[in-house]
Amino acid sequence: MITTTTGSRSVLVPGTRAPDFTLRSTPDQSVSLSEFRGRPVVLAFYPADWSPVCGDQMALYNEILDEFQEFQAELIGISVDGAWCHDAFARQNKLHFPLLADFEPKGAVARAYGVYDEKDGTCERALFVINPDGIIHWSYVSPIGINPGANGILSALEDLKVQRGTTVAT
Amino acid sequence: MIKSLTLPDPDRDHIVGSANGLIKLLEYGDYECPFCGEAYAIIKEIQRRLGDDLLFAFRNFPLTNVHPHSEHAAEAAEAAGAQENFWGMHDILFENQAALDDENLAAYAAELGLDETRLIREVTASVYGPRIREDFKSGVRGGVNGTPAFFINGERYDGTRDLEHLLDALTPQSA
Repeated sequence: MITTTTGSRSVLVPGTRAPDFTLRSTPDQSVSLSEFRGRPVVLAFYPADWSPVCGDQMALYNEILDEFQEFQAELIGISVDGAWCHDAFARQNKLHFPLLADFEPKGAVARAYGVYDEKDGTCERALFVINPDGIIHWSYVSPIGINPGANGILSALEDLKVQRGTTVAT
Repeated sequence: MIKSLTLPDPDRDHIVGSANGLIKLLEYGDYECPFCGEAYAIIKEIQRRLGDDLLFAFRNFPLTNVHPHSEHAAEAAEAAGAQENFWGMHDILFENQAALDDENLAAYAAELGLDETRLIREVTASVYGPRIREDFKSGVRGGVNGTPAFFINGERYDGTRDLEHLLDALTPQSA
């Protein structure tokens, strides 16, 4: 795992309680992290909507939602783009999961997770898998230009499932 | 375990070139992706230059929400493969990326001298859907993060996808 320091803040590491937040998912709806308690949550911070490549990270995740669902996991994308921008981006790419707007105050949630890029004013490419109790199980920050893909997320969800299975059995 | 996901498997994959080729190039691609279309011409040139040193394999990675024709195009290539002409269809699809609806697919099948009725029936029934999904899943677990994705001897290639850089990455390992 790569952990990096963003300014004076560090990326939140496994074992840390995931800071709760409420952000707009559409111009007239909001989503809170705490709504998903009881299920794993995948938080995918990314720099911006409208990445100009077919290898767009969100488009990739959109194609494998059924695999996240096998783990009952909820996928959430977060960037500093506004809700109207997300709306247009999600419609264009037929995304079937929520994109949250870390827009006002800008980047506040990314800062809370230690993944705000002060220089560019965007979120870093950072992934968090949060367990059903709201504790961070896995985190990863990708070099900004490199789409991290989904393998790390799926491995973390598998690992979480095994761990939880063991916990329940004993 | 990761390596097996990212190395061509001659028993399963569509491969071209020498099975004993020293350089193994695996592509995960989408017939409707313009970047894959650009890469197609480059791969052709690489195949020409490297000849028997190269083993090239193609696996499907259709981004179906972004590219509405990509799934049927992938199925058409697989269906052509069942009639022993995967690569013929593969090439026609990449050479005609703007014309990939079902009527086009039937026309390409006819052009290749295939049984077009059978091909369209198999595409419509999604006979090769599970295989395409298997390709896709192997890509996700192997580290594919977009299309085209290239693996050279099992390692993901993250460099520039032009002829010069790809050849550079491919040739030192042939020594």
